[in-house]
Amino acid sequence: MGGEVNGKMLIAQIRKERRSAGASNFVLDVSVEVSPGITILFGASGAGKSTLLDCVAGLLRPGQGRIVTGTDVLFDSDARINVPAPKRRIAYVFQTLALFPHLTAEENVAYGLKDLREEERRERVDAILKAFRVEKLRKQKPGEISGGERQRIALARSLITEPRVLLLDEPLTGLDAELKAALVDDLRAWNTAKGIPILYVTHSRDEVDALGERVIALDNGRVVSAGAPMEVLNAPRRKKLAQAAGFENLLSATVLDLREADGVMRVRLGDSACEIEVPLGYSAIGSRVQVAIRAGDILLATERPQGLSARNIIKGQIVSLEQRGTMVIARVDSGALFVVHITPGAVRALELAAGKPVWLVLKTHSCHLVD
Amino acid sequence: MEALWLSMKLAACVAAILLAIGMPVAYWLAYSNWRGKFLLESVVALPLVLPPTVLGFYALVAMGPRGPLGKLWIALFGHGLAFTFGGLIVASVLYSFPFAVQPLIASFEGVDRRLLDASAVLGSGGLRTFWRVILPLSLPGMVTAAVLSFAHTLGEFGVVLMVGGNLAGVTRTVSIDIYDRVQSLEYGEANRMALVLLAISFAVLSIVYAVNRRVWMPWAAK
Repeated sequence: MGGEVNGKMLIAQIRKERRSAGASNFVLDVSVEVSPGITILFGASGAGKSTLLDCVAGLLRPGQGRIVTGTDVLFDSDARINVPAPKRRIAYVFQTLALFPHLTAEENVAYGLKDLREEERRERVDAILKAFRVEKLRKQKPGEISGGERQRIALARSLITEPRVLLLDEPLTGLDAELKAALVDDLRAWNTAKGIPILYVTHSRDEVDALGERVIALDNGRVVSAGAPMEVLNAPRRKKLAQAAGFENLLSATVLDLREADGVMRVRLGDSACEIEVPLGYSAIGSRVQVAIRAGDILLATERPQGLSARNIIKGQIVSLEQRGTMVIARVDSGALFVVHITPGAVRALELAAGKPVWLVLKTHSCHLVD
Repeated sequence: MEALWLSMKLAACVAAILLAIGMPVAYWLAYSNWRGKFLLESVVALPLVLPPTVLGFYALVAMGPRGPLGKLWIALFGHGLAFTFGGLIVASVLYSFPFAVQPLIASFEGVDRRLLDASAVLGSGGLRTFWRVILPLSLPGMVTAAVLSFAHTLGEFGVVLMVGGNLAGVTRTVSIDIYDRVQSLEYGEANRMALVLLAISFAVLSIVYAVNRRVWMPWAAK
């Protein structure tokens, strides 16, 4: 979805302080643009994702800022405009879904259609229950319905009001991958016709890969990066984001020398003798940097490999092996401790066991610098 | 029996009035962010700790022909408020106020805030949210409030005596009747009335506890 429907874009510049007893004040200070289609809002918990959504929906009042959809101003602190939540036409599916427990699925879905004639309301409720495949549950109450179906009903309830923006706060947590994919397909199908901006909050990397056309990464109340999922997540600039994005290895290192012509530099990991080559960063010799490496990007070999393009081949010893479902987590000590993900088949073929010497193989560009 | 009937009538009127007045007050106390809220909370709870005679005394003074309430009443209806059934209602409403408002506050506060947010983003203002979401979900609190103010009014003595005196058929409620009969050594009669009150109080409290155990929550997950 490109520039053809720019008129419907959501633009939010928000500054909001939240005081909490004990902890230091949290400040959300962001400027985001959400075009039609799904944009992922990604970040660890406490990064300010829900605060941002609450401000856009009108449930929280920003200290300063401006929120616009298309040509309609919803909030402007300078012009003293603050459209109340019921008049914003911004749909919001909460993490807890917040279905009304005393109303049936059908009554929940019809809740936002108060000004319509009975027939028209019936028609629209029927249509959307069908679109989200929950028409047979219409007479059931939320307490009698399974989790995945509740999520569908919550989506239907929000979308029936023809909103101009849809906010989703981790609405699919707890669903298995298949159900999740089916629901997302239904959501996409619905939105091809409507073309509204959808801001989708998650801290799950899998969901980012599955959904994202665009990602906005939030950390500690700031936008730390925005763009296509691969660019944003594969080059984490902040430690917390790196952890959230599934970089299992976060190692502190000292810069030894810079090879600008090659676009690389050598660093020493921690206090060990272990040296690796990483992409060139804006760092001086002797300065400390953080290196993030995904556990799935590291290769293991039982003999020293020859003739490889990978620049980092490090000798180490297996400390432990731990099976998790269809994956084995190996911890390898090579001066610094590495976490490596391998398959059970590889463990058998290489006869890996704790205490066995191995070589770690790392491509230079699998090593990401975090500031 | 006349006294019992009078007490029931009084208690029913008071419970109805208290629900009507109590709801907006409880709503405000449950959801307002005003800093001085504790002052109003204290005023609402005052009848819990005040001796009934103190409350009755001030009620009587206010309702007297020279009191503000008395003057207003005479201007409106041409007769005084003290020693009438109307006067009893006013005094009892004051006296039972916390018994209605506090369960209402508790149940309003018990409604998940996100449900109110959901109602707001779906286009409903405060009033519609109240009728469609808060009220139905506060049903146990409403029953508790009604039943407690009914029972509390049924059993009151001091305030009624101060404000209403002891006029048969007008202000002689069942508790005053019992006192009367004991004074004139009619122990059998007193016992009969006392037993009736005991039975009613027990029944009423059973309702309150049953409701709060969510025996009557049709939407609760099974």
